[in-house]
Amino acid sequence: MHLPAILPWGVADGFSKQMLLVILSVVIIATFFLLAARKQQLVPGKLQFAGEMAYGFVRNSIAKDIIGGKDFMKYVPLLFSLFFFILVNNIYGAIPVLQLPSFSHVGGAYVLAGIVYVTWIAIGIRKNGLKYFKLATVPSGVPVYILPLIIPIEIISNFLVRPVTHSLRLFATMLAGHLIVMIAGSGIEFLIMQENILLKGTSLLVLGGAIAMYMLEALIMALQAYVFTLLTAIYIEGALHADSH
Amino acid sequence: MNQVIISAATEANPLVPNVWEMGVVLVGFAVLMFIVVKFIVPMFEKTFAERAEAIEGGIAKAEKAQAEASAALEEYKQQLTDARAEANRIREEARAEGAQILADLKEKAAAESARITAQAHVQIESERQAAVVSLRSEVGTLATTLAGRIVGEALNDDERSARVVDRFLADLENQNAGAAK
Repeated sequence: MHLPAILPWGVADGFSKQMLLVILSVVIIATFFLLAARKQQLVPGKLQFAGEMAYGFVRNSIAKDIIGGKDFMKYVPLLFSLFFFILVNNIYGAIPVLQLPSFSHVGGAYVLAGIVYVTWIAIGIRKNGLKYFKLATVPSGVPVYILPLIIPIEIISNFLVRPVTHSLRLFATMLAGHLIVMIAGSGIEFLIMQENILLKGTSLLVLGGAIAMYMLEALIMALQAYVFTLLTAIYIEGALHADSH
Repeated sequence: MNQVIISAATEANPLVPNVWEMGVVLVGFAVLMFIVVKFIVPMFEKTFAERAEAIEGGIAKAEKAQAEASAALEEYKQQLTDARAEANRIREEARAEGAQILADLKEKAAAESARITAQAHVQIESERQAAVVSLRSEVGTLATTLAGRIVGEALNDDERSARVVDRFLADLENQNAGAAK
């Protein structure tokens, strides 16, 4: 499944291509936004405008719209970092030579979902104290006799399943997309090597399908970065306003 | 050999993470978060705030300019009204002054004409007086002469004839004054 490591060469648990790409993504994002924000002109140039568009998208369309209120600014850095970290690492899958979405390796997805999990629980406790767990698991306005049924479901869905789905959604879409494109590539190679000219011709069909899948994957890569960040914002908002839910 | 099999088995399950990869993602994300919190977000927010301030400042400036312009307009209108009133006042004054001058001139002309008339009267009176005096003496002399010629030399007594003529003329004068009255 996994490529062998780069350093030391060929060993299973070494420094791998995936790790290199993750580090590269940090460099790319930091460089781009530092350059874009560096000049700080009131009338922005092209680069600054692009940076402001990207930043403004996370700040306004995700953080402000979902969390809202006065305190959304506190969570903008986390949401901003998450969105672009995931976006760049996903887009790797659509770049020919790199061709490896970092989160098709599950470890990274676990780490990010874990960070978000700890964050929103910490926010909930800081905002509401230990009463937060009651607020999060006992919905108001529900008849008492259903509570024994509701409370376990709420506990499981909020505190157990949520981080798992949060991480696996990202990981699974990236892995599946990666696999489909790779399989299509291998399939084209296999078919084109066939002696039979008709069988050789079918490789064109696979090529067409592969290109369509490639486009779809590119869309999903951007979409999953958005979904992951959006869910993070929703979890944080839920923790902040647990008493009104 | 055993090691390879175990390794392959763990690799085959995609849900089992590679701990080193997790570490790299964790550290990488932490570094990114640090840069974002420390530099990127403050820089963008500063620009946004400055821009908002610039726009609001521009609006305030425009409003101030607007207010100044309308104040100036008001002032000009006021000045225009004042100037019109002033012009009217001056025109009225001029008209009144003209009328005054005309009246003065008329009065002066009337006085002059009255003076001239009076002078003429005086002159005429004095001339008449002179004429009367000269007539009186001449008429007396002529009449006496004429009467003397008619009556003869008897009437050459100057004293008497002069008295007769004087009395006659006084009567005549009295008669004339009575008719004038």
